Amino acid sequence: MGKLVGMEVALAAAEAAALCRFEVAAVYPITPQSHVAEHLSDIVNDGRVDASFITVEGEHSALSAVIGASATGARVITATSSQGLLYMGEVMPIASGMRLPIVMIVANRAVSSPINIWNDHSDIMPMRDTGWITIFAENGQDAVDMVIQAYKIAENRDVMLPVIVTMDGFQLTHVVEPINIPDQEEVDRFLPPYNPYATLHPDRPISMGTLGMPEIFPEAQKAKDVALVNSIRVIKEVWDEWERLFGRKYEAVETYRTDDADVALLTMGSMGETAEVAVDELRRQDVKAGLVKIKLWRPFPFEDLKKALKGIRVLAVTDRAVSFGGPGGPVFSEVRSALYDEDVRPKIANFIIGLGGRDVQVGDFVTMVKRAAEGKLAEPYEFYGVRG
Amino acid sequence: MTTATLSPTIVQNFDLFAPKLVDREEYFSWGHRACQGCAEALAIRLMCKALGRDTIITNATGCMEVISSLYPTTAWKLPWIHVAFPNAAAVASGVEAGLAALHRKGKIPDKRVKSVAIGGDGGTMDIGFQSLSGAMERGHDILYVCLDNEAYMNTGIQRSSGTPFLGATTTSPAGKKISGNQVWKKNVMEIMVAHNIPYAATASPSYPIDFMNKVKKARAIKGPAYIHCLVPCPTGWRIPSEKSIQYGRLAYETGVFPIYEVEDGKYRFTLPVPEKRRPVEDYLKGQGRFRHVTPDQVKLIQERVDVEWEALLIKMERSKSYTEIREQLKK
Repeated sequence: MGKLVGMEVALAAAEAAALCRFEVAAVYPITPQSHVAEHLSDIVNDGRVDASFITVEGEHSALSAVIGASATGARVITATSSQGLLYMGEVMPIASGMRLPIVMIVANRAVSSPINIWNDHSDIMPMRDTGWITIFAENGQDAVDMVIQAYKIAENRDVMLPVIVTMDGFQLTHVVEPINIPDQEEVDRFLPPYNPYATLHPDRPISMGTLGMPEIFPEAQKAKDVALVNSIRVIKEVWDEWERLFGRKYEAVETYRTDDADVALLTMGSMGETAEVAVDELRRQDVKAGLVKIKLWRPFPFEDLKKALKGIRVLAVTDRAVSFGGPGGPVFSEVRSALYDEDVRPKIANFIIGLGGRDVQVGDFVTMVKRAAEGKLAEPYEFYGVRG
Repeated sequence: MTTATLSPTIVQNFDLFAPKLVDREEYFSWGHRACQGCAEALAIRLMCKALGRDTIITNATGCMEVISSLYPTTAWKLPWIHVAFPNAAAVASGVEAGLAALHRKGKIPDKRVKSVAIGGDGGTMDIGFQSLSGAMERGHDILYVCLDNEAYMNTGIQRSSGTPFLGATTTSPAGKKISGNQVWKKNVMEIMVAHNIPYAATASPSYPIDFMNKVKKARAIKGPAYIHCLVPCPTGWRIPSEKSIQYGRLAYETGVFPIYEVEDGKYRFTLPVPEKRRPVEDYLKGQGRFRHVTPDQVKLIQERVDVEWEALLIKMERSKSYTEIREQLKK
């Protein structure tokens, strides 16, 4: 049952793609994704996977090339970060609109300006509405498992959508963790070869990416939304199967010590583990604290979130991106909106934290929870610990 | 009027025999929505005949995607994909890589399927220039055909880097102070030659056999190939729709658009070379986009065309193929 290794997470994520026997990779280097790009090319050039690595001249072309390859029926991978993800922005909704099962690793990084290579979520958040399934890894094991799961989800005939697996840049991509890397035979059993619905081939010519007039365009958009909303069923089935085969459980919304909690923190990504330590610390101080971690960002797991927040009186939502001039961080506005129709709902505070790699320590989470619990809520949101 | 200055023998041979050898099958079907006299749609029809059925087309956003793919109809009998404006070359390189991988693994039938990208002058020379350069530089086994009608016709005749000097467009209008496009047309053909690709050519649907021969040659080559095809646009050039073929010929006969190929580094004219080029005025007159051009400006254009033509002649005479040079070095 797999092999426990100490490996840098970026490399492990590339290894996961190799276990899925990708056929075409097109990746443009950008910090902190570059180790993914480098390791994918190592894998291809060493002949460990029978694949082509296209050294594209930019991220726009990276996604465009994997669209072309995916349209022929090949299993594909790309990866990016920050400005690179924004540069892909034009092509993002096209990939999902064409219903191509592309898998992309995103090493989350701040967006300029000022230019900053460190981690936050301001690159992934603007991609929220592009129609991609978006899953947040919390640690190296998540990253590996989620990349493999991503193909199974994306290629499901009831889904046929591209999937992003995000992992926090540096804080996750560049750390060495003990990770269980599954065996090839196990992955082969879990993930059958890609059997595409339609491909570009002269034996059965089709037109892909045609012009949609007002008579059909809204229907195409609705179909994409329905597919994305419905994909949560398949995602959960895939996670159930994963748990049966590999013994590791995945949930759209994970909780930590929330059963009797009065106040809870909410995180996405790698800060979840720091927040767990903070919750333990708060418990030692007799604060009934818990932690809610959102793993699945799109489709948004409304029901799972409501269930996870049952009994919570005060919720401190952390955001690692800013919706400038908006209602608060993107996670906050989503969570608050999800709870609007509930008869009983928690008071919600919003702390914007860890922008551009600013360190967030256990003590910071403790302070946030205490301030939220005392009703000293930032209105409507607060840049935690930020000068000015 | 068009063949008078051309050497008669070869043209007669082509005219008599070659059309009979052209594939009768239409891969770009009738019923699409192109304007009357659209030389771009004609070029695609001819190109597809030369390519044959084992071809996948990647189409940059532009007139051709709009007129040919209005859902639920399609004019394409070849597998066809449109993704966006700037990335036809990148998508085509992915198509090629995908086919290669699936072919290696025996997942698709064992035959050569050519990945071909097409784009207009804007999608090739401006917004798609980076992805074109990248795809050519990486050496993909693809053919890129630029269908150059010298402006952004799809959005309403705006100026591109393919727009000729003084040409009036809706963003380089013939105003009272500034009269038309103020810079010379970008020479993408020479930039492609500088990529050291095995084959690059210019062509025109006004010389259909020459164009189709080039497409066939480019298709057969293993590696990147580029064809720059000048396609008169009656709507954008302000010419009667029945004149687009004639203007394509005039572009060559005046030397405004030389038709040639560069194979393995060797420059070669592919059509009978006009013994005496017609004055550029013959090409400019009758085109609404040049209506404002003064006699002095015509002289300026003539001088530029003369210089460029001479420069090209020098390349024709002196250039050697890399194979020849290699042989020479061995001696």
